[in-house]
Amino acid sequence: MTKPFKDLFTHIGRFFVLMGRVFAPPEKKRMYYQQTLREIEFLGINSMGIIAVISIFIGAVITIQTSYNTESPLYPSYLIGLAVRDILLLEFSSTIIALILSGKIGSNIASELGTMRVTEQIDALEIMGVNSASYLIMPKIVAAVFFLPFLTIMSIFIGLAGGWLGGVVTGVVSSHDYIYGIQFAFIPYYVTYTLIKAAIFGFIITTVSAYRGYYAYGGALQVGKNSTRAVVESSIIILITNYVLTQLLLT
Amino acid sequence: MIELQHVYKSFQNADILNDISVHFEEKKTNMIIGQSGSGKTVLLKCIVGLLDVDRGQVIYDDVVFNRLSFRKKKDIRKNIGMVFQGGALFDSETVEQNVRFPLDMFTKMTDGEKLHRVNECLERVNIINANKLYPAEISGGMQKRVAIARAIALNPKYLFFDEPISGLDPITAIRIDRLIGEITKDIKTTTIINTHDMNSVMEIGDKVIFLYKGEKWWEGSSQEILHSDNSELNDFVFATNLAKKVRDLRKSGESS
Repeated sequence: MTKPFKDLFTHIGRFFVLMGRVFAPPEKKRMYYQQTLREIEFLGINSMGIIAVISIFIGAVITIQTSYNTESPLYPSYLIGLAVRDILLLEFSSTIIALILSGKIGSNIASELGTMRVTEQIDALEIMGVNSASYLIMPKIVAAVFFLPFLTIMSIFIGLAGGWLGGVVTGVVSSHDYIYGIQFAFIPYYVTYTLIKAAIFGFIITTVSAYRGYYAYGGALQVGKNSTRAVVESSIIILITNYVLTQLLLT
Repeated sequence: MIELQHVYKSFQNADILNDISVHFEEKKTNMIIGQSGSGKTVLLKCIVGLLDVDRGQVIYDDVVFNRLSFRKKKDIRKNIGMVFQGGALFDSETVEQNVRFPLDMFTKMTDGEKLHRVNECLERVNIINANKLYPAEISGGMQKRVAIARAIALNPKYLFFDEPISGLDPITAIRIDRLIGEITKDIKTTTIINTHDMNSVMEIGDKVIFLYKGEKWWEGSSQEILHSDNSELNDFVFATNLAKKVRDLRKSGESS
């Protein structure tokens, strides 16, 4: 077997061994609960600002782009609202936001755990008899899996608001047409689809980044490299999973 | 009681530990000494279970520790306190939260009882009015002392120190050494210290194990070490000019 394949299977094996330890029963539930609340604040609430800024501008840009690319009397202007809604709902607010978060919280998780590893803080937990994998990683997974769908919903609403603002300010669509468009031919299942994707992407970002951080070794250079790997690998896995989920859930 | 029987450890075909058998003295200060790269840290990590041994047995009170499952190891680990070379304090938590952590995790104490125990441990290591500071806000010596306070919070049966005075000035180093000696006597722990500092050995060492190229080369008391005719041990013990002069003066005194 060639080395890259051998390495790949070694990583996959170690990843599942780590997950086995992560999902072991917690030592003291109250401590895990407190840690989960801390992670929700750290990974979720602290990401709301960047998500809001990106969503409002992307919503506005999609409105303007759709308008300039569909300048024809054959296309009713309410289709701009419909396009903004479906782009946000189907792809942007779940997939693109997940890719952005893999950069923000993925690198954060990998560097935090990597630094804890190289400064022996993880060893200190193990010596105390604490399941370090479970104590450090499970709260991050729980926080991301439950909070990413919330961020996605927030992104959809802010993106729609941004689209409305961008359209009305530039005059490419009337407020009435835009609001009619975002309600037109609405399929509620799309919301379920996007929430499922968001939860799965949350799991991917946290587990892949945690794996890279937890098994970091050496010094600052290696921690930095592992953080970069965490972002790249979680982004690629998100894109592949997105393709598979779209095929599974929408066809 | 901690005992090692024929312990071997290698990394990628490089033998790091070769047939190490040691009986550590109970409720005493046991020192593992040796040059950098002699296998001291690997040995310590094998004893506490951070590394698995390739062959041999690590025995805690007649229980073969290295053959236990992770869950069963946890029961023994609750009796272990360890101070790492860099302190390994949780840098996102305050001094108080660091010392309180094992109490939160493993006891059913009330908040008041925990705070009382935290302050007791911090006072024991002479840290006062630093409860709300973060590790980055205190000196290296204080970090080591906080790490000791955290290690003794649950009154462990066994205490391990990996290079406890590395990077500290001589006065702080002596203070830490004496503190370790006092704690060993006060709470009657079996203490194992990994060091290359001969001052520590002479200050607090009861039993000394000398590692040389991954093998146990010599063992004895801290007094016997000065009279050993083991050349590798002598090269290590009398490596500094000061130590050589002390040895020569001692020899000339004995002959005259």
